[in-house]
Amino acid sequence: MEFHDPPISASQSAGIIGKLFCKFILKYLFLIGYICRNFTESSALLTRTHINYGVKGDVAVIRINSPNSKVNTLNKELHSEFIEVMNEIWASDQIRSAVLISSKPGCFIAGADINMLAACKTPQEVTQISQEAQRTFEKLEKSTKPVVAAISGSCLGGGLELAVSCQYRIATKDRKTVLGTPEVLLGILPGAGGTQRLPKMVGVPAAFDMMLTGRNIRADRAKKMGLVDQLVEPLGPGLKPPEERTIEYLEEVAITFAKGLADKKISPKRDKGLVEKLTAYAMTIPFVRQQVYKKVEEKVRKQTKGLYPAPLKIIDVVKTGIEQGSDAGYLSESQKFGELAMTKESKALMGLYHGQVLCKKNKFGAPQKDVKHLAILGAGLMGAGIAQVSVDKGLKTLLKDATLTGLGRGQQQVFKGLNDKVKKKALTSFERDSIFSNLTGQLDYQGFEKADMVIEAVFEDLSLKHRVLKEVEAVIPDHCVFASNTSALPISEIAAVSKRPEKVIGMHYFSPVDKMQLLEIITTEKTSKDTSASAVAVGLKQGKVIIVVKDGPGFYTTRCLAPMMSEVIRILQEGVDPKKLDSLTTSFGFPVGAATLVDEVGVDVAKHVAEDLGKAFGERFGGGNPELLTQMVSKGFLGRKSGKGFYIYQEGVKNKNLNSDMDSILASLKIPPKSEVSSDEDIQFRLVTSFVNEAVMCLQEGILATPAEGDIGAVFGLGFPPCLGGPFCFVDLYGAQKLVDRLKKYEAAYGKQFTPCQLLADHANSPNKKFYQ
Amino acid sequence: MTAILTYAFKNLPTTSKWALKFSIRPLSCSSQLRAAPAVQTKTKKTLAKPNIRNIVVVDGVRTPFLLSGTSYKDLMPHDVARAALTGLLHRTSVPKEVVDYIIFGTVIQEVKTSNVAREAALGAGFSDKTPAHTVTMACISANQAMTTGVGLIASGQCDVVVAGGVELMSDIPIRHSRKMRKLMLDLNKAKSVGQRLSVISKFRLNFLAPELPAVAEFSTSETMGHSADRLAAAFAVSRLEQDEYALRSHSLAKKAQDEGLLSDVVPFKVPGKDTVTKDNGIRPSSLEQMAKLKPAFIRPYGTVTAANSSFLTDGASAMLIMAEEKALAMGYKPKAYLRDFMYVSQDPKDQLLLGPTYATPKVLEKAGLTMNDIDAFEFHEAFSGQILANFKAMDSDWFAQNYMGRKTKIGLPPLEKFNNWGGSLSLGHPFGATGCRLVMAAANRLRKEGGQYGLVAACAAGGQGHAMIVEAYPK
Repeated sequence: MEFHDPPISASQSAGIIGKLFCKFILKYLFLIGYICRNFTESSALLTRTHINYGVKGDVAVIRINSPNSKVNTLNKELHSEFIEVMNEIWASDQIRSAVLISSKPGCFIAGADINMLAACKTPQEVTQISQEAQRTFEKLEKSTKPVVAAISGSCLGGGLELAVSCQYRIATKDRKTVLGTPEVLLGILPGAGGTQRLPKMVGVPAAFDMMLTGRNIRADRAKKMGLVDQLVEPLGPGLKPPEERTIEYLEEVAITFAKGLADKKISPKRDKGLVEKLTAYAMTIPFVRQQVYKKVEEKVRKQTKGLYPAPLKIIDVVKTGIEQGSDAGYLSESQKFGELAMTKESKALMGLYHGQVLCKKNKFGAPQKDVKHLAILGAGLMGAGIAQVSVDKGLKTLLKDATLTGLGRGQQQVFKGLNDKVKKKALTSFERDSIFSNLTGQLDYQGFEKADMVIEAVFEDLSLKHRVLKEVEAVIPDHCVFASNTSALPISEIAAVSKRPEKVIGMHYFSPVDKMQLLEIITTEKTSKDTSASAVAVGLKQGKVIIVVKDGPGFYTTRCLAPMMSEVIRILQEGVDPKKLDSLTTSFGFPVGAATLVDEVGVDVAKHVAEDLGKAFGERFGGGNPELLTQMVSKGFLGRKSGKGFYIYQEGVKNKNLNSDMDSILASLKIPPKSEVSSDEDIQFRLVTSFVNEAVMCLQEGILATPAEGDIGAVFGLGFPPCLGGPFCFVDLYGAQKLVDRLKKYEAAYGKQFTPCQLLADHANSPNKKFYQ
Repeated sequence: MTAILTYAFKNLPTTSKWALKFSIRPLSCSSQLRAAPAVQTKTKKTLAKPNIRNIVVVDGVRTPFLLSGTSYKDLMPHDVARAALTGLLHRTSVPKEVVDYIIFGTVIQEVKTSNVAREAALGAGFSDKTPAHTVTMACISANQAMTTGVGLIASGQCDVVVAGGVELMSDIPIRHSRKMRKLMLDLNKAKSVGQRLSVISKFRLNFLAPELPAVAEFSTSETMGHSADRLAAAFAVSRLEQDEYALRSHSLAKKAQDEGLLSDVVPFKVPGKDTVTKDNGIRPSSLEQMAKLKPAFIRPYGTVTAANSSFLTDGASAMLIMAEEKALAMGYKPKAYLRDFMYVSQDPKDQLLLGPTYATPKVLEKAGLTMNDIDAFEFHEAFSGQILANFKAMDSDWFAQNYMGRKTKIGLPPLEKFNNWGGSLSLGHPFGATGCRLVMAAANRLRKEGGQYGLVAACAAGGQGHAMIVEAYPK
């Protein structure tokens, strides 16, 4: 038997999209600090539910602990309790300083309550929320009694804005402690003074970086930046559980600093490094400042293509604060905050956030048996990628390949993936080695008798998959799940030869597996609930965002992509330059241009998928002439992997040139464009509507269980523009009727490929119908 | 804890007398045991095991332990080791040819004498027919040397073994950087002028940056002092408690030194310098002075300071171990039996220095003894915070249940029996040599104070630990 390195599949294309895309926005979405909680008014207002304080000597220790939640969120209740508590502290003669700390080990304050913003109907309401917070934090900043923020766990969004308003910050130096302003990822801005305080605290360039990327900053980095003043090392076992004692220790240390600040023995001012001093000096020169604004703005415009309003507003607000003073800055911050919260982009991004939270849960419940031993067949790009995300979560993983060379390549891939983290200081070399020892490479089935789950990632060939399945079933224990990592082969066909089809499931990973967050799990009619629960549990352990779909040709993700790809071919046949096509797609919000996408996916793979799905769906998946792909394959233009596709790829050359040899192929297949549907906008919409229509059809046919999963799958797996929130969110925001109108226009020109599906038509007919109520 | 400590301090001058009162112990147990009241009864009369050879310490010596950078600073490690070996030869008058084997422990190795045991033995005049090897196990290297010897004797391979250890922190191997080393090796291999020039052309100035041996865990990159500070914090050991304990160590060491109790120390005539006769790191200070020091590792709020940590030390120790029958046949009067021992290891990050806590109950259980049976505790004092954290761990049911898989706590070693003649904090801690010092201190204390069982325990880098029972040889 042979295991081949699976050729890059459709899913991998998505991976590449994702990779580029991640850089801008989605990478950190899952860490976002906005948490939704339904706050009920049940608790009596007389007793404080979120915040309490005690006095130790002359130091007030304010403890935040929102009830019935793993995290603290900044909502109206917490806010008003905080004001009450601070007023008491300011009024007390006994108290000279204060420590602000959370009682929850993994969380200081994870951010503002997203629902509080969602409930607002007008920008003015949102602005008002912002202004209230601004006032409280300003009062805190001006407090004559020093307040020390003792930070352990996530300190994000409004939580960070609160912390930077305190006189001093001490943070635990552990992996859970992260600081950041992720507002931009939700299409809004830090609205509680963050845009005004951060530039002063960490310098303008660093503040822009924080606010425009929304990235999470670890405690040690935060210390270097000047975002926190002291670090506290996490403690190990002592006379209490380590987390508990660490918090207690943090509090003790914070109290000594609070006393020191009150006694003026410690200065809240920080010694700045030379580089910092120079930067600060440079920023006092108006010309330099203008240049910085300009540079940042250019970069943002280039990256967002003007599709995301929040980053530009952030720049604007920071600029206002610096150039016109803080009063103007605060005013601008609160107003822009209100405006942004009402934008479609913000709603789309918040929708994605909700969907993503949903897709991080196991709706099948806990599996009967935890998967501890995992076996992976095929050490190709996918197999090794799956191995990497498994071993670093502590799963004992067997990686089997047919040849020593193939296996060695796979092992090297895993090692490199881990070693890259060492270079970025996310892991120590010791941790890398110990994680790597969870991986066993082998050429035989030794140890499979202990496997709880086998994931096969062999070549996409049904007869090979059948052979592998039979071989594996001969050696694995009864409870072991057999998962197939395929991007298009129907799972029920693979399971057809299984002795135990209830244990067979599809797990469609996206390449590169360690970067792409999506996992598409495919269940057949026969797949048992426990098997699904097991697969989801493993996926969650691997850190994936998971959608669970029903079996069918192309499942959900590959199926949505196929009609769009077909349309790409037609557009090229109609004479649109690949470069032009790329810029049309990227300016619509796709992270990778459509022609580049085909090159990245691999022309042969695109051909394969087009043929398979073409057979399954017939005329509906028609459009461009597959002959284009066939000819490209026959000339060896397989895309990036062969060095030539629509473009020419050369090692070390950044700007790729068009492949001039394509001219003759394109010329031979040229069809006349139809002028009524060939404007730039029409071209964009022909691509998007074919995608969206297919997605809605997947929901209609029950392939998808929920629109949220459809949106998450499209955005996280295929690079659907996040500013549109995914195909379903897009239908809601853009309007089903308008989309149907467009589809009908294209249907008139091209036929069945654009016939709106029933569900979409239903939505168009009753304007009150929404995918998200 | 503070209370206990201050109590001990106030009573310092009387401690030994007071301790003596309680520990006038049946030394030749059998006859006295019958007469002794029930509370005084040892759980076991002796730890001899059927069909296993009894192993005895004939005697042991050490060079004075010196602050690194003082009198031994121009020596090499094997010089100091040789001084201990010649001292042992002199003290025991053992005929060189009866020594079957020599084992030394060391931690930071001098590359030129990587088997320092052999180099020192040759120079000390041992027979060149006596094999020697060097072991390393961080701060319990000498313990490993001793127990390796015990193994050789118990298995019948040897009858007479010399075990010891050495450390010279005055000189440590500072290396060229890996890049520079590679360049130099490549240069060595280059044949033609052209090849040489091409190798030389790769030279960059930063290649000259030296590589220092770190006193940090390889696995976690955390220095030991840092870990000790975190450990102290985890067990809520205060700065004052740590300073008090360090002061106790120095005061007791001073007293022991003044009273001439440190009889294992042999004078060392250092070439070109005066003869060194005593440890030079014993410096009892005052709590006020100690409180002035800034934290050494976790700044600015940590609790571990230079004053409550053991210091970098030069020194060597050596000990003559024999099968009991051999010793008796040669007419020796041994000092002690080496009995059960135990090595343990745990998480090198958060429990780096908790070795004694883990090892103590295990070795006691193995020997069938209880804490009450121990008359002399000799624990390695890496840091005050480490000793006190171990105390708190040993005194905690919670810790025993959650981390040691025990139902109840081990219990505190009574302070009046604990490191009565000072410890590593005050006497010094040459990494590779401390183990033998602990055993000799236990043996000598049992003889002096009158007791039967001593317990030696130590922690070591890598999250390892060791404990051993020393039984007084009947007088």
